[in-house]
Amino acid sequence: MHHSSLKSLSDALTAGDISSVELTGLFLKRINERNAVYNCFVSIDEERSLAQAREADLARAAGRAQALTGIPIAQKDIFCAKGWLTTCGSKMLSNFVSPYDAHVVERFNEAGAVTIGKTNMDEFAMGSSNETSWYGPVRNPWNTDAVPGGSSGGSAAAVAARLAPAATGTDTGGSIRQPAALTGICGLKPTYGVCSRYGMIAFASSLDQAGPMARSAEDMALMMNAMAGYDARDSTSLDRPVEDYTRELATPLKGLRIGLPKEFFADGLQPDVAKAVDEAIRQYRALGCEVVEVTLPNMKLSVPVYYVLAPAEASSNLARFDGVRYGYRTSEYRGLEEMYEKTRAEGFGAEVKRRILIGTYVLSHGYYDAYYIRAQKLRRLIAQDFIAAFDKCDVIMGPTSPSTAFRLGEKAADPLQMYLSDIYTIAVNLAGLPGMSIPCGFDSQGLPVGLQVIGNYFREAQMLQVAHQYQLATDFHLRAPSDINA
Amino acid sequence: MALTRDDVQRAARLARIAIDEREADEVLGQLGRIFGMIEQMQAVDVSGVEPMSHAQEVTLRLREDAVTEPDQHALFQAIAPKVGEGLYLVPKVIE
Repeated sequence: MHHSSLKSLSDALTAGDISSVELTGLFLKRINERNAVYNCFVSIDEERSLAQAREADLARAAGRAQALTGIPIAQKDIFCAKGWLTTCGSKMLSNFVSPYDAHVVERFNEAGAVTIGKTNMDEFAMGSSNETSWYGPVRNPWNTDAVPGGSSGGSAAAVAARLAPAATGTDTGGSIRQPAALTGICGLKPTYGVCSRYGMIAFASSLDQAGPMARSAEDMALMMNAMAGYDARDSTSLDRPVEDYTRELATPLKGLRIGLPKEFFADGLQPDVAKAVDEAIRQYRALGCEVVEVTLPNMKLSVPVYYVLAPAEASSNLARFDGVRYGYRTSEYRGLEEMYEKTRAEGFGAEVKRRILIGTYVLSHGYYDAYYIRAQKLRRLIAQDFIAAFDKCDVIMGPTSPSTAFRLGEKAADPLQMYLSDIYTIAVNLAGLPGMSIPCGFDSQGLPVGLQVIGNYFREAQMLQVAHQYQLATDFHLRAPSDINA
Repeated sequence: MALTRDDVQRAARLARIAIDEREADEVLGQLGRIFGMIEQMQAVDVSGVEPMSHAQEVTLRLREDAVTEPDQHALFQAIAPKVGEGLYLVPKVIE
Protein backbone atom coordinates (compact mmCIF):
# COMPACT_ATOMS: atom_id res chain seq x y z
CA MET A 1 0.00 0.00 0.00
CA HIS A 2 2.85 2.45 0.78
CA HIS A 3 4.13 2.15 -2.81
CA SER A 4 0.74 3.15 -4.22
CA SER A 5 0.14 6.39 -6.11
CA LEU A 6 -2.36 8.97 -4.87
CA LYS A 7 -4.66 7.88 -7.68
CA SER A 8 -4.62 4.21 -6.66
CA LEU A 9 -4.98 5.09 -2.96
CA SER A 10 -7.98 7.17 -3.90
CA ASP A 11 -9.39 4.25 -5.89
CA ALA A 12 -8.79 1.86 -2.97
CA LEU A 13 -10.61 4.23 -0.61
CA THR A 14 -13.49 4.58 -3.07
CA ALA A 15 -13.74 0.80 -3.49
CA GLY A 16 -13.78 0.38 0.28
CA ASP A 17 -10.65 -1.81 0.23
CA ILE A 18 -9.21 0.35 2.99
CA SER A 19 -10.44 3.20 5.19
CA SER A 20 -8.61 6.46 5.73
CA VAL A 21 -8.16 5.54 9.41
CA GLU A 22 -6.42 2.30 8.35
CA LEU A 23 -4.33 4.04 5.70
CA THR A 24 -3.32 6.82 8.09
CA GLY A 25 -2.47 4.23 10.74
CA LEU A 26 -0.32 2.36 8.24
CA PHE A 27 1.77 5.43 7.42
CA LEU A 28 2.00 6.48 11.10
CA LYS A 29 3.35 3.01 11.86
CA ARG A 30 5.96 3.31 9.12
CA ILE A 31 6.96 6.73 10.44
CA ASN A 32 7.27 5.38 14.00
CA GLU A 33 9.46 2.54 12.79
CA ARG A 34 11.72 4.45 10.43
CA ASN A 35 11.81 8.16 11.20
CA ALA A 36 14.71 7.71 13.60
CA VAL A 37 16.84 6.66 10.61
CA TYR A 38 15.95 9.51 8.23
CA ASN A 39 14.82 12.28 10.62
CA CYS A 40 12.37 13.53 8.01
CA PHE A 41 9.55 14.43 10.40
CA VAL A 42 9.85 17.18 13.01
CA SER A 43 6.41 16.58 14.46
CA ILE A 44 3.83 13.85 14.44
CA ASP A 45 0.43 14.15 16.09
CA GLU A 46 -1.30 10.78 15.79
CA GLU A 47 -4.54 11.89 17.44
CA ARG A 48 -4.91 14.91 15.21
CA SER A 49 -4.13 12.91 12.05
CA LEU A 50 -6.49 10.08 12.98
CA ALA A 51 -9.27 12.57 13.80
CA GLN A 52 -8.91 13.99 10.28
CA ALA A 53 -8.95 10.45 8.90
CA ARG A 54 -12.17 9.65 10.76
CA GLU A 55 -13.75 12.80 9.35
CA ALA A 56 -12.60 11.79 5.87
CA ASP A 57 -14.19 8.36 6.25
CA LEU A 58 -17.45 9.99 7.34
CA ALA A 59 -17.33 12.40 4.39
CA ARG A 60 -16.77 9.48 2.05
CA ALA A 61 -19.66 7.51 3.59
CA ALA A 62 -21.85 10.57 3.11
CA GLY A 63 -20.93 10.73 -0.58
CA ARG A 64 -18.81 13.88 -0.20
CA ALA A 65 -15.44 12.43 -1.20
CA GLN A 66 -13.06 14.35 -3.47
CA ALA A 67 -9.88 13.13 -5.16
CA LEU A 68 -7.68 13.49 -2.06
CA THR A 69 -10.23 12.70 0.64
CA GLY A 70 -8.66 10.48 3.28
CA ILE A 71 -5.17 10.53 1.78
CA PRO A 72 -2.25 11.34 4.10
CA ILE A 73 -0.11 14.28 3.00
CA ALA A 74 3.02 15.50 4.82
CA GLN A 75 3.36 19.25 5.26
CA LYS A 76 6.71 21.00 5.18
CA ASP A 77 7.20 22.64 8.57
CA ILE A 78 7.23 26.08 6.91
CA PHE A 79 3.43 25.94 6.59
CA CYS A 80 1.41 27.14 9.57
CA ALA A 81 -1.12 24.48 10.56
CA LYS A 82 -3.56 25.27 13.34
CA GLY A 83 -2.72 23.42 16.56
CA TRP A 84 0.50 22.01 15.10
CA LEU A 85 3.98 22.90 16.21
CA THR A 86 5.31 24.96 13.27
CA THR A 87 9.06 25.48 13.65
CA CYS A 88 10.44 26.30 10.18
CA GLY A 89 13.43 24.22 11.27
CA SER A 90 14.47 26.89 13.78
CA LYS A 91 15.08 27.19 17.49
CA MET A 92 13.42 30.60 17.07
CA LEU A 93 10.05 28.90 16.49
CA SER A 94 10.70 25.72 18.49
CA ASN A 95 7.74 26.58 20.78
CA PHE A 96 5.43 28.03 18.13
CA VAL A 97 2.06 26.27 17.93
CA SER A 98 0.33 27.98 15.04
CA PRO A 99 -3.01 29.64 15.82
CA TYR A 100 -4.07 29.49 12.16
CA ASP A 101 -3.77 27.54 8.91
CA ALA A 102 -1.77 28.53 5.86
CA HIS A 103 -3.88 28.83 2.72
CA VAL A 104 -2.22 25.72 1.27
CA VAL A 105 -3.02 23.75 4.45
CA GLU A 106 -6.57 25.09 4.41
CA ARG A 107 -6.94 23.89 0.81
CA PHE A 108 -5.74 20.37 1.67
CA ASN A 109 -8.09 20.31 4.66
CA GLU A 110 -11.00 21.34 2.43
CA ALA A 111 -10.01 18.59 0.00
CA GLY A 112 -10.32 16.09 2.85
CA ALA A 113 -6.62 15.19 2.97
CA VAL A 114 -5.04 14.06 6.24
CA THR A 115 -1.99 15.91 7.61
CA ILE A 116 0.34 13.03 8.49
CA GLY A 117 3.05 15.21 10.05
CA LYS A 118 5.33 18.20 9.62
CA THR A 119 8.58 17.64 7.78
CA ASN A 120 12.11 18.71 8.61
CA MET A 121 13.75 21.45 6.56
CA ASP A 122 16.73 23.76 6.43
CA GLU A 123 16.26 26.56 8.94
CA PHE A 124 13.89 29.16 7.45
CA ALA A 125 14.37 27.31 4.12
CA MET A 126 17.96 28.57 3.86
CA GLY A 127 20.07 25.67 2.70
CA SER A 128 20.52 23.02 0.03
CA SER A 129 21.28 19.97 2.18
CA ASN A 130 18.90 20.05 5.15
CA GLU A 131 21.94 20.39 7.41
CA THR A 132 21.01 23.84 8.76
CA SER A 133 17.88 22.54 10.56
CA TRP A 134 17.86 23.03 14.33
CA TYR A 135 16.35 19.53 14.43
CA GLY A 136 19.39 17.94 12.84
CA PRO A 137 20.08 16.78 9.30
CA VAL A 138 17.77 14.57 7.25
CA ARG A 139 19.34 11.48 5.69
CA ASN A 140 18.84 10.42 2.10
CA PRO A 141 16.91 7.11 1.87
CA TRP A 142 19.11 6.05 -1.08
CA ASN A 143 22.25 6.34 1.05
CA THR A 144 22.01 7.45 4.65
CA ASP A 145 25.51 8.99 4.51
CA ALA A 146 24.25 11.39 1.86
CA VAL A 147 22.12 14.53 2.16
CA PRO A 148 18.58 14.61 0.75
CA GLY A 149 19.07 18.14 -0.59
CA GLY A 150 17.22 21.12 0.73
CA SER A 151 15.52 23.04 1.87
CA SER A 152 12.50 20.70 1.50
CA GLY A 153 14.72 17.73 2.45
CA GLY A 154 12.33 16.22 5.00
CA SER A 155 9.44 16.22 2.52
CA ALA A 156 11.63 14.69 -0.19
CA ALA A 157 13.05 11.97 2.07
CA ALA A 158 9.59 11.16 3.49
CA VAL A 159 8.19 10.57 0.00
CA ALA A 160 11.28 8.65 -1.18
CA ALA A 161 11.22 6.44 1.93
CA ARG A 162 7.49 5.83 1.47
CA LEU A 163 6.68 7.39 4.86
CA ALA A 164 4.13 9.61 3.12
CA PRO A 165 2.50 9.21 -0.29
CA ALA A 166 3.14 12.88 -1.07
CA ALA A 167 4.26 16.10 0.60
CA THR A 168 4.29 19.84 0.19
CA GLY A 169 7.43 21.86 -0.36
CA THR A 170 8.47 25.44 -0.99
CA ASP A 171 11.01 26.69 -3.48
CA THR A 172 12.82 30.05 -3.30
CA GLY A 173 15.95 29.08 -5.25
CA GLY A 174 15.49 25.35 -5.88
CA SER A 175 14.19 24.03 -2.55
CA ILE A 176 11.57 21.75 -4.13
CA ARG A 177 13.44 20.70 -7.29
CA GLN A 178 16.93 20.02 -5.90
CA PRO A 179 15.80 17.70 -3.05
CA ALA A 180 13.35 16.00 -5.44
CA ALA A 181 16.29 15.31 -7.77
CA LEU A 182 18.58 14.08 -5.00
CA THR A 183 15.97 11.66 -3.61
CA GLY A 184 14.55 10.34 -6.89
CA ILE A 185 11.07 11.84 -6.61
CA CYS A 186 9.10 14.51 -8.51
CA GLY A 187 8.73 18.13 -7.47
CA LEU A 188 7.04 21.12 -9.07
CA LYS A 189 7.56 24.79 -8.34
CA PRO A 190 4.59 26.57 -9.95
CA THR A 191 4.63 30.00 -11.57
CA TYR A 192 5.10 32.68 -8.92
CA GLY A 193 1.66 33.69 -7.63
CA VAL A 194 -0.20 30.44 -8.39
CA CYS A 195 -0.18 29.14 -4.77
CA SER A 196 -0.86 31.57 -1.96
CA ARG A 197 1.97 32.46 0.41
CA TYR A 198 -0.47 33.16 3.25
CA GLY A 199 0.70 31.29 6.34
CA MET A 200 3.87 30.10 4.61
CA ILE A 201 6.69 31.48 6.72
CA ALA A 202 8.42 34.07 4.53
CA PHE A 203 12.03 33.81 3.37
CA ALA A 204 12.31 35.92 0.17
CA SER A 205 8.81 37.04 -0.69
CA SER A 206 9.37 37.90 -4.35
CA LEU A 207 10.70 34.37 -4.98
CA ASP A 208 8.97 32.00 -2.49
CA GLN A 209 6.46 29.59 -4.01
CA ALA A 210 4.76 26.45 -2.69
CA GLY A 211 4.45 23.27 -4.71
CA PRO A 212 3.83 19.52 -4.65
CA MET A 213 6.40 16.75 -4.06
CA ALA A 214 5.24 13.27 -5.04
CA ARG A 215 6.26 10.15 -6.89
CA SER A 216 4.63 10.86 -10.25
CA ALA A 217 3.42 13.68 -12.46
CA GLU A 218 -0.13 12.44 -12.15
CA ASP A 219 0.05 12.69 -8.34
CA MET A 220 1.48 16.20 -8.58
CA ALA A 221 -1.40 17.21 -10.86
CA LEU A 222 -3.91 16.00 -8.27
CA MET A 223 -2.10 17.98 -5.57
CA MET A 224 -1.97 21.10 -7.73
CA ASN A 225 -5.74 20.89 -8.15
CA ALA A 226 -5.99 21.22 -4.38
CA MET A 227 -3.13 23.70 -3.71
CA ALA A 228 -3.42 26.29 -6.45
CA GLY A 229 -5.84 29.15 -6.39
CA TYR A 230 -6.48 32.76 -5.60
CA ASP A 231 -6.28 34.05 -2.05
CA ALA A 232 -6.96 37.70 -1.24
CA ARG A 233 -4.74 37.47 1.87
CA ASP A 234 -1.58 37.19 -0.27
CA SER A 235 -1.14 40.46 -2.19
CA THR A 236 0.82 38.61 -4.90
CA SER A 237 -1.68 35.77 -5.32
CA LEU A 238 -2.96 35.81 -8.90
CA ASP A 239 -6.68 35.87 -9.59
CA ARG A 240 -6.91 33.47 -12.51
CA PRO A 241 -9.53 30.97 -13.73
CA VAL A 242 -9.41 27.64 -11.86
CA GLU A 243 -7.46 25.01 -13.79
CA ASP A 244 -7.65 21.23 -13.92
CA TYR A 245 -3.97 20.30 -13.89
CA THR A 246 -4.71 16.76 -15.06
CA ARG A 247 -6.35 17.90 -18.30
CA GLU A 248 -3.32 17.52 -20.57
CA LEU A 249 -1.74 14.41 -19.02
CA ALA A 250 -3.02 11.97 -21.63
CA THR A 251 -2.08 14.07 -24.68
CA PRO A 252 0.88 12.65 -26.66
CA LEU A 253 3.96 14.87 -27.00
CA LYS A 254 4.39 14.70 -30.77
CA GLY A 255 5.69 18.03 -32.07
CA LEU A 256 6.68 19.43 -28.67
CA ARG A 257 9.75 21.67 -28.98
CA ILE A 258 12.35 21.16 -26.25
CA GLY A 259 14.92 23.90 -25.76
CA LEU A 260 18.36 22.87 -24.50
CA PRO A 261 20.38 25.81 -23.16
CA LYS A 262 24.07 25.19 -23.69
CA GLU A 263 24.72 26.96 -20.36
CA PHE A 264 23.13 23.96 -18.60
CA PHE A 265 25.77 21.57 -19.89
CA ALA A 266 28.91 23.53 -19.06
CA ASP A 267 31.84 22.85 -16.73
CA GLY A 268 31.13 21.48 -13.29
CA LEU A 269 28.38 19.07 -14.35
CA GLN A 270 28.92 15.55 -13.00
CA PRO A 271 29.39 13.24 -16.05
CA ASP A 272 26.83 10.69 -14.75
CA VAL A 273 24.25 13.46 -14.49
CA ALA A 274 24.99 14.71 -18.02
CA LYS A 275 24.66 11.15 -19.32
CA ALA A 276 21.28 10.53 -17.65
CA VAL A 277 19.93 13.86 -18.91
CA ASP A 278 21.17 13.11 -22.47
CA GLU A 279 19.44 9.75 -22.27
CA ALA A 280 16.19 11.42 -21.18
CA ILE A 281 16.40 13.82 -24.15
CA ARG A 282 16.86 10.80 -26.45
CA GLN A 283 13.72 9.31 -24.92
CA TYR A 284 11.83 12.54 -25.61
CA ARG A 285 12.98 12.48 -29.24
CA ALA A 286 11.61 8.94 -29.44
CA LEU A 287 8.30 10.30 -28.15
CA GLY A 288 8.17 12.66 -31.13
CA CYS A 289 9.67 15.81 -29.60
CA GLU A 290 11.88 18.19 -31.51
CA VAL A 291 15.06 19.49 -29.85
CA VAL A 292 16.32 23.03 -30.43
CA GLU A 293 19.30 24.84 -28.97
CA VAL A 294 18.54 27.95 -26.93
CA THR A 295 20.76 30.27 -24.96
CA LEU A 296 20.47 31.91 -21.55
CA PRO A 297 23.57 34.13 -21.61
CA ASN A 298 22.89 35.86 -18.28
CA MET A 299 22.13 32.68 -16.34
CA LYS A 300 25.68 32.64 -14.95
CA LEU A 301 24.77 35.77 -12.99
CA SER A 302 21.82 34.13 -11.28
CA VAL A 303 23.78 32.93 -8.23
CA PRO A 304 25.30 36.36 -7.41
CA VAL A 305 21.99 38.12 -8.12
CA TYR A 306 20.11 35.66 -5.93
CA TYR A 307 22.58 36.04 -3.05
CA VAL A 308 21.88 39.77 -3.02
CA LEU A 309 18.10 39.73 -3.50
CA ALA A 310 17.14 36.73 -1.35
CA PRO A 311 19.20 37.80 1.72
CA ALA A 312 17.94 41.39 1.31
CA GLU A 313 14.33 40.22 1.41
CA ALA A 314 15.14 37.76 4.20
CA SER A 315 16.74 40.42 6.38
CA SER A 316 13.50 42.35 6.19
CA ASN A 317 11.16 39.36 6.62
CA LEU A 318 13.06 37.90 9.56
CA ALA A 319 13.02 41.21 11.44
CA ARG A 320 9.69 40.03 12.86
CA PHE A 321 11.42 37.47 15.09
CA ASP A 322 12.14 39.69 18.05
CA GLY A 323 11.02 37.65 21.05
CA VAL A 324 7.98 39.88 21.65
CA ARG A 325 4.89 38.34 20.08
CA TYR A 326 5.72 34.64 19.59
CA GLY A 327 8.59 32.21 19.46
CA TYR A 328 11.80 32.12 21.42
CA ARG A 329 12.89 34.82 23.89
CA THR A 330 16.28 34.83 25.59
CA SER A 331 16.15 34.15 29.31
CA GLU A 332 18.31 36.97 30.66
CA TYR A 333 18.37 40.57 29.49
CA ARG A 334 18.72 44.01 30.98
CA GLY A 335 16.94 46.19 28.43
CA LEU A 336 14.90 46.00 25.23
CA GLU A 337 17.89 46.26 22.88
CA GLU A 338 19.73 43.48 24.66
CA MET A 339 16.58 41.35 24.62
CA TYR A 340 16.34 41.69 20.82
CA GLU A 341 20.04 41.10 20.22
CA LYS A 342 20.37 38.07 22.47
CA THR A 343 17.06 36.55 21.34
CA ARG A 344 18.16 36.75 17.71
CA ALA A 345 21.75 35.66 18.38
CA GLU A 346 20.52 32.58 20.26
CA GLY A 347 17.39 31.83 18.20
CA PHE A 348 18.93 31.86 14.71
CA GLY A 349 21.51 29.39 13.41
CA ALA A 350 24.74 30.33 11.62
CA GLU A 351 23.42 30.21 8.03
CA VAL A 352 20.36 32.32 8.82
CA LYS A 353 22.51 34.91 10.60
CA ARG A 354 24.92 34.96 7.67
CA ARG A 355 22.11 35.70 5.24
CA ILE A 356 20.54 38.35 7.48
CA LEU A 357 23.94 40.07 7.67
CA ILE A 358 24.43 39.92 3.88
CA GLY A 359 20.94 41.33 3.37
CA THR A 360 21.37 44.06 5.95
CA TYR A 361 24.69 45.07 4.41
CA VAL A 362 23.45 45.25 0.79
CA LEU A 363 20.44 47.32 1.85
CA SER A 364 22.44 49.68 4.06
CA HIS A 365 23.18 53.30 3.25
CA GLY A 366 25.73 53.68 0.47
CA TYR A 367 25.46 50.12 -0.88
CA TYR A 368 21.81 49.94 -1.93
CA ASP A 369 22.36 51.02 -5.56
CA ALA A 370 25.57 49.07 -6.11
CA TYR A 371 24.10 45.81 -4.87
CA TYR A 372 20.33 45.73 -4.54
CA ILE A 373 19.26 47.89 -7.50
CA ARG A 374 21.95 46.39 -9.75
CA ALA A 375 20.80 42.90 -8.81
CA GLN A 376 17.20 43.84 -9.67
CA LYS A 377 18.33 45.09 -13.09
CA LEU A 378 20.23 41.87 -13.74
CA ARG A 379 17.17 39.94 -12.63
CA ARG A 380 15.32 41.51 -15.55
CA LEU A 381 18.05 40.50 -18.01
CA ILE A 382 17.88 36.91 -16.70
CA ALA A 383 14.08 36.86 -17.09
CA GLN A 384 14.32 38.34 -20.62
CA ASP A 385 16.66 35.52 -21.66
CA PHE A 386 13.94 33.00 -20.80
CA ILE A 387 11.26 34.99 -22.61
CA ALA A 388 13.44 35.02 -25.74
CA ALA A 389 14.15 31.28 -25.39
CA PHE A 390 10.44 30.49 -25.17
CA ASP A 391 9.97 32.04 -28.63
CA LYS A 392 11.81 29.00 -29.96
CA CYS A 393 10.57 26.21 -27.71
CA ASP A 394 7.69 25.02 -25.52
CA VAL A 395 9.73 23.74 -22.56
CA ILE A 396 13.36 24.01 -21.52
CA MET A 397 15.22 20.97 -20.21
CA GLY A 398 18.48 20.36 -18.41
CA PRO A 399 19.85 18.91 -15.19
CA THR A 400 18.20 19.96 -11.90
CA SER A 401 21.41 19.79 -9.91
CA PRO A 402 25.06 19.69 -11.06
CA SER A 403 25.65 16.56 -8.97
CA THR A 404 23.81 13.71 -7.33
CA ALA A 405 23.41 13.65 -3.53
CA PHE A 406 26.63 14.69 -1.79
CA ARG A 407 27.85 13.36 1.55
CA LEU A 408 26.66 14.81 4.85
CA GLY A 409 29.20 17.40 5.96
CA GLU A 410 30.84 17.61 2.54
CA LYS A 411 29.76 21.19 1.84
CA ALA A 412 28.54 22.28 5.27
CA ALA A 413 31.72 24.19 6.12
CA ASP A 414 31.80 26.08 2.83
CA PRO A 415 28.70 28.24 2.21
CA LEU A 416 29.87 29.20 -1.28
CA GLN A 417 30.11 25.56 -2.44
CA MET A 418 26.65 24.96 -1.03
CA TYR A 419 25.23 27.98 -2.87
CA LEU A 420 26.57 26.69 -6.18
CA SER A 421 24.55 23.48 -5.87
CA ASP A 422 21.50 25.55 -6.91
CA ILE A 423 23.17 26.92 -10.02
CA TYR A 424 20.56 25.43 -12.41
CA THR A 425 17.46 26.18 -10.37
CA ILE A 426 17.85 29.76 -9.13
CA ALA A 427 17.31 31.54 -12.47
CA VAL A 428 13.82 30.02 -12.69
CA ASN A 429 12.78 31.67 -9.40
CA LEU A 430 14.27 35.00 -10.47
CA ALA A 431 12.19 34.86 -13.66
CA GLY A 432 9.10 33.65 -11.75
CA LEU A 433 8.69 30.71 -14.14
CA PRO A 434 7.43 27.23 -13.25
CA GLY A 435 10.12 24.56 -12.86
CA MET A 436 9.97 20.84 -12.18
CA SER A 437 12.30 17.95 -11.45
CA ILE A 438 11.55 14.33 -12.37
CA PRO A 439 13.75 11.25 -11.90
CA CYS A 440 15.62 10.28 -15.08
CA GLY A 441 18.34 7.81 -14.05
CA PHE A 442 21.08 6.95 -11.59
CA ASP A 443 24.78 7.64 -11.16
CA SER A 444 27.43 4.93 -10.81
CA GLN A 445 26.78 4.83 -7.03
CA GLY A 446 23.08 4.17 -7.58
CA LEU A 447 22.03 7.68 -6.53
CA PRO A 448 19.13 9.26 -8.43
CA VAL A 449 19.48 11.96 -11.11
CA GLY A 450 16.81 14.62 -11.73
CA LEU A 451 15.76 16.08 -15.06
CA GLN A 452 14.68 19.70 -14.81
CA VAL A 453 11.79 20.85 -16.98
CA ILE A 454 11.12 24.59 -17.13
CA GLY A 455 7.82 25.73 -18.60
CA ASN A 456 6.51 29.04 -19.78
CA TYR A 457 4.42 31.14 -17.38
CA PHE A 458 1.26 29.28 -16.27
CA ARG A 459 2.04 26.19 -18.35
CA GLU A 460 2.14 23.79 -15.41
CA ALA A 461 -0.48 21.53 -17.03
CA GLN A 462 1.75 21.15 -20.09
CA MET A 463 4.82 20.45 -17.91
CA LEU A 464 2.89 17.74 -16.08
CA GLN A 465 1.92 16.28 -19.46
CA VAL A 466 5.61 16.32 -20.46
CA ALA A 467 6.48 14.45 -17.27
CA HIS A 468 3.56 12.02 -17.42
CA GLN A 469 4.21 10.97 -21.02
CA TYR A 470 7.86 10.28 -20.08
CA GLN A 471 6.73 8.29 -17.04
CA LEU A 472 4.45 6.16 -19.24
CA ALA A 473 7.54 5.19 -21.25
CA THR A 474 10.08 4.83 -18.39
CA ASP A 475 10.08 3.49 -14.84
CA PHE A 476 12.64 5.65 -12.99
CA HIS A 477 9.84 7.22 -10.93
CA LEU A 478 8.77 3.77 -9.71
CA ARG A 479 12.19 2.76 -8.35
CA ALA A 480 12.56 2.77 -4.58
CA PRO A 481 15.64 2.73 -2.35
CA SER A 482 16.68 -0.88 -1.70
CA ASP A 483 15.95 -0.91 2.04
CA ILE A 484 12.37 0.27 1.51
CA ASN A 485 10.85 -3.20 1.67
CA ALA A 486 7.32 -4.28 0.89
CA MET B 1 35.94 46.95 -2.01
CA ALA B 2 37.04 44.71 0.82
CA LEU B 3 34.68 44.06 3.69
CA THR B 4 35.99 44.92 7.17
CA ARG B 5 35.20 43.70 10.64
CA ASP B 6 33.56 47.11 11.26
CA ASP B 7 31.18 46.47 8.35
CA VAL B 8 30.17 43.13 9.84
CA GLN B 9 29.65 44.62 13.28
CA ARG B 10 27.66 47.51 11.83
CA ALA B 11 25.39 45.12 9.91
CA ALA B 12 24.96 42.97 13.03
CA ARG B 13 24.04 46.08 15.01
CA LEU B 14 21.47 47.13 12.37
CA ALA B 15 20.06 43.59 12.32
CA ARG B 16 19.91 43.44 16.13
CA ILE B 17 22.02 40.31 16.38
CA ALA B 18 24.57 40.17 19.20
CA ILE B 19 27.97 39.23 17.81
CA ASP B 20 31.35 39.10 19.57
CA GLU B 21 34.72 39.82 17.98
CA ARG B 22 35.60 36.19 17.41
CA GLU B 23 32.30 35.54 15.62
CA ALA B 24 32.66 38.77 13.64
CA ASP B 25 36.06 37.63 12.36
CA GLU B 26 34.72 34.22 11.40
CA VAL B 27 31.74 35.72 9.58
CA LEU B 28 34.02 38.25 7.92
CA GLY B 29 36.02 35.48 6.25
CA GLN B 30 32.87 33.79 4.94
CA LEU B 31 31.19 36.99 3.81
CA GLY B 32 34.40 38.08 2.10
CA ARG B 33 34.26 35.04 -0.16
CA ILE B 34 30.52 35.42 -0.78
CA PHE B 35 30.93 39.09 -1.73
CA GLY B 36 33.83 38.06 -3.98
CA MET B 37 31.32 35.92 -5.89
CA ILE B 38 28.72 38.71 -5.83
CA GLU B 39 31.26 41.07 -7.44
CA GLN B 40 30.63 39.25 -10.76
CA MET B 41 27.56 41.49 -11.02
CA GLN B 42 29.73 44.55 -11.57
CA ALA B 43 31.07 43.24 -14.90
CA VAL B 44 27.77 43.67 -16.75
CA ASP B 45 26.47 46.89 -18.27
CA VAL B 46 22.99 47.49 -16.86
CA SER B 47 22.47 51.04 -18.11
CA GLY B 48 18.92 51.57 -19.34
CA VAL B 49 17.60 48.40 -17.68
CA GLU B 50 14.59 48.84 -15.41
CA PRO B 51 14.96 47.12 -12.01
CA MET B 52 12.71 44.04 -11.70
CA SER B 53 11.27 43.93 -8.22
CA HIS B 54 8.73 41.22 -8.87
CA ALA B 55 8.14 38.14 -10.97
CA GLN B 56 4.78 39.32 -12.28
CA GLU B 57 3.85 42.81 -13.36
CA VAL B 58 1.14 43.16 -10.75
CA THR B 59 -0.27 46.25 -9.15
CA LEU B 60 -1.45 46.06 -5.59
CA ARG B 61 -5.15 45.49 -5.26
CA LEU B 62 -7.43 47.84 -3.39
CA ARG B 63 -10.22 46.56 -1.20
CA GLU B 64 -13.16 48.03 0.63
CA ASP B 65 -12.12 49.69 3.89
CA ALA B 66 -14.09 47.24 6.01
CA VAL B 67 -13.33 45.17 9.09
CA THR B 68 -12.62 41.62 7.93
CA GLU B 69 -10.78 40.13 10.92
CA PRO B 70 -12.51 39.07 14.12
CA ASP B 71 -10.85 40.00 17.43
CA GLN B 72 -8.53 37.09 18.21
CA HIS B 73 -6.06 38.81 20.50
CA ALA B 74 -6.49 36.24 23.28
CA LEU B 75 -5.67 33.41 20.85
CA PHE B 76 -2.63 35.19 19.46
CA GLN B 77 -1.35 36.36 22.84
CA ALA B 78 -1.60 32.84 24.25
CA ILE B 79 1.65 32.03 22.39
CA ALA B 80 3.53 35.22 23.31
CA PRO B 81 6.56 35.04 25.61
CA LYS B 82 5.17 37.60 28.07
CA VAL B 83 1.78 39.36 28.22
CA GLY B 84 -0.26 41.24 30.78
CA GLU B 85 -3.68 42.90 30.60
CA GLY B 86 -3.86 42.25 26.87
CA LEU B 87 -0.48 43.85 26.21
CA TYR B 88 2.83 42.39 25.08
CA LEU B 89 5.37 42.97 27.83
CA VAL B 90 8.95 44.08 27.12
CA PRO B 91 11.63 45.68 29.31
CA LYS B 92 11.04 49.31 30.15
CA VAL B 93 12.33 51.67 27.43
CA ILE B 94 11.58 55.09 28.94
CA GLU B 95 12.45 55.73 32.58
